[in-house]
Amino acid sequence: MTEQIYSALIAILIGVSAVIIYFWGSNWILDALVSRSSRANKEVLREKIRPWLFAGPAMFFLTLYLVYPVFETLWLSFQNADSTEFVGWSNYTWLFSDRQFHITLRNNVLWLIIVPTLSTVFGLAVAVLADRAKFGTVAKSIIFMPMAISFVGASVIWKFVYHYNGEGDVQIGILNAIVVALGGEPAFWLSTEIWNSVLLMIILIWVQTGFAMVILGAALRGVPEETLEAAIIDGANRRQLFFRITLPQIMPTVIVVWTTIAILVLKVFDIVLAMTNGQWETQVLANLMYDWMFRGAGDFGRGSAIAIIIMVSVTPIMAWNIYRFRKDEAGR
Amino acid sequence: MSTKTSFLPRFFNGTALTALVILWLVPTLGLFVSSIRDKDALASSGWWTAFNASTQTTFARTQLPSTQQLIDGQYILSGQLTAEDGTEYTNILAFGASSRDPQEVKAGDSVTLKNGATLTVNTDGSYVYSDDSEIKGSRGKRIFFAYGQPPRFTLENYENVLTKGKIGQAFLNTMAVTIPATVIPVLIAAFAAYAFSWMQFAGREWLFAVVIGLLVVPLQTSLVPLLRLYADIGQMFGFEAKGYPGVWMAHTGFGLPLAIYLMRNYMKSLPADLIESARVDGASHFQVFTRIILPLSLPALASFTIFQFLWVWNDLLVALVFLGQGEDQIVLTAQLRALLGTRGSNWEVLTSGAFISIILPLIVFFALQRYFVRGLVAGSVKG
Repeated sequence: MTEQIYSALIAILIGVSAVIIYFWGSNWILDALVSRSSRANKEVLREKIRPWLFAGPAMFFLTLYLVYPVFETLWLSFQNADSTEFVGWSNYTWLFSDRQFHITLRNNVLWLIIVPTLSTVFGLAVAVLADRAKFGTVAKSIIFMPMAISFVGASVIWKFVYHYNGEGDVQIGILNAIVVALGGEPAFWLSTEIWNSVLLMIILIWVQTGFAMVILGAALRGVPEETLEAAIIDGANRRQLFFRITLPQIMPTVIVVWTTIAILVLKVFDIVLAMTNGQWETQVLANLMYDWMFRGAGDFGRGSAIAIIIMVSVTPIMAWNIYRFRKDEAGR
Repeated sequence: MSTKTSFLPRFFNGTALTALVILWLVPTLGLFVSSIRDKDALASSGWWTAFNASTQTTFARTQLPSTQQLIDGQYILSGQLTAEDGTEYTNILAFGASSRDPQEVKAGDSVTLKNGATLTVNTDGSYVYSDDSEIKGSRGKRIFFAYGQPPRFTLENYENVLTKGKIGQAFLNTMAVTIPATVIPVLIAAFAAYAFSWMQFAGREWLFAVVIGLLVVPLQTSLVPLLRLYADIGQMFGFEAKGYPGVWMAHTGFGLPLAIYLMRNYMKSLPADLIESARVDGASHFQVFTRIILPLSLPALASFTIFQFLWVWNDLLVALVFLGQGEDQIVLTAQLRALLGTRGSNWEVLTSGAFISIILPLIVFFALQRYFVRGLVAGSVKG
């Protein structure tokens, strides 16, 4: 055990010092080399090279780990399982005729509608209610807490909530205990179709509501007081105040929150893997992709095709982000 | 806000918020309470009953018939209900004549057995077994009874899971993954963010737009190519394709877009005079960055550090793909998910294991919540 700790510590030291040595060393070399060179405009040359020393490692990592793989995956999606033969569109035609894939798509659409919407609604509700309540800060901390918990941890927590002991036994899962207390029949809910998907979605809603709450809370505080006061003078009641004055003003933020959670939903993997592994018709794209990547020897062609479908679904949001950024920068 | 708030809406608000808070808290509370319960109690009763005394039914044997005494024409066996390991039962609630109904009568009463003998058991565990005729047999008579057990909380589950289970090792592995995978991208991104905000170079705006685009690129598109690349490089140079350096680099690549984005926005908001006057005084960009900008950017650095720490600590996908699943490399999340598969109903293992995996992120999270919130807001509202 102690040996393990030492080797871990040494590994940590090596990794971190490599980075520090690079930045410090490359800048030192640049200064030393260029000052020795006989060029008159050495300062100009230095300032031309230095940005690339600063941004270079980041560019390297972004290119190798995110940009290049997108194109490589696209290319692989047109090849067979072990990437030895070009097969054209056949991975895609297979996908779209596969029943499993249809179920997966249906589930992803459901996830996309339900999770971002409910997280946003709950988050907004908590942000509004906590602003007015005495224990608001504590309440917000508690709602926010699941953000720190891993999806696997959250899966253990909720699998225990959904736990089913055979009929007639004491139910130690709180969901079934409540069902029994209300006179219902306990069941293994994770195998009950459609409801099982909803039960998995609840986990992600539980995690993401805190995120929505924080962002929307900040937006709420940004709503100018004057607009509210003017409406109050005009005799608006609370409901009107919220739906006609506040909500329209924070609508852009609501959309940002909704899309951010939607992107997360497209990538959701851990929860499904840990809870059902896609059994009982709960499959989603990210888990299906993982499944194909590692099933048997792995089918990289089909796995890549599924990855490309996820990529294509986030592309509109990506384009929108870049468009907004460019507009913001131009406005500065 | 200066709206008049009457009692009723205020009451409704409070109730609704309380309900939501309870709904959010109960699942985690269940996990925690279960993790410190006795493993048998955990498997046989709901965690919400953990604070009540539980009723257990069992049996014990009387003294051997050879110890019987003849008092007033009655053959009597008497003594104290004792478990096989010698501990005495106290707090007896009820007992019965046969195994079919161990709670037939309350403690202190008497019951007539099938063979005509009379049995009395008191709350304190003392019993009297009497018969008109001589008590036969070579073993003590069985007494079936129910006793109350006070709620018992224990750290046994944690002890077991840390020593016998693989959770302790996985905790260390997770540390070995998380620390470099957090520090390295922070450093690299800080330099890049400075270049993007305060240095002039060709294609700066265009490159930063690419970074914004990369913010939403799903991990999934990177997995297959990188897996193949790692395997090829490993084969070429003769080392294992799966290992810590590979996973650090992967997390660095995946974390960089957000890191650069957050820190660039922050550094750009620092006053330009500060940098320019230092530059005029002859400081190089390297000096300006390390002596002025870096110390001033600590809040943004802290925000991203927390993000990346939580993200790496909680990650499962990257760890499954780029790390071996043997004992020397498996991380907590992967270990937990393996346990969910193989030990699906051993809740004493799962609950304590899960709690160990979430305790450190929770501490970091609550201690530094302010920075985390600031980063979240900066990362999404302005985007």
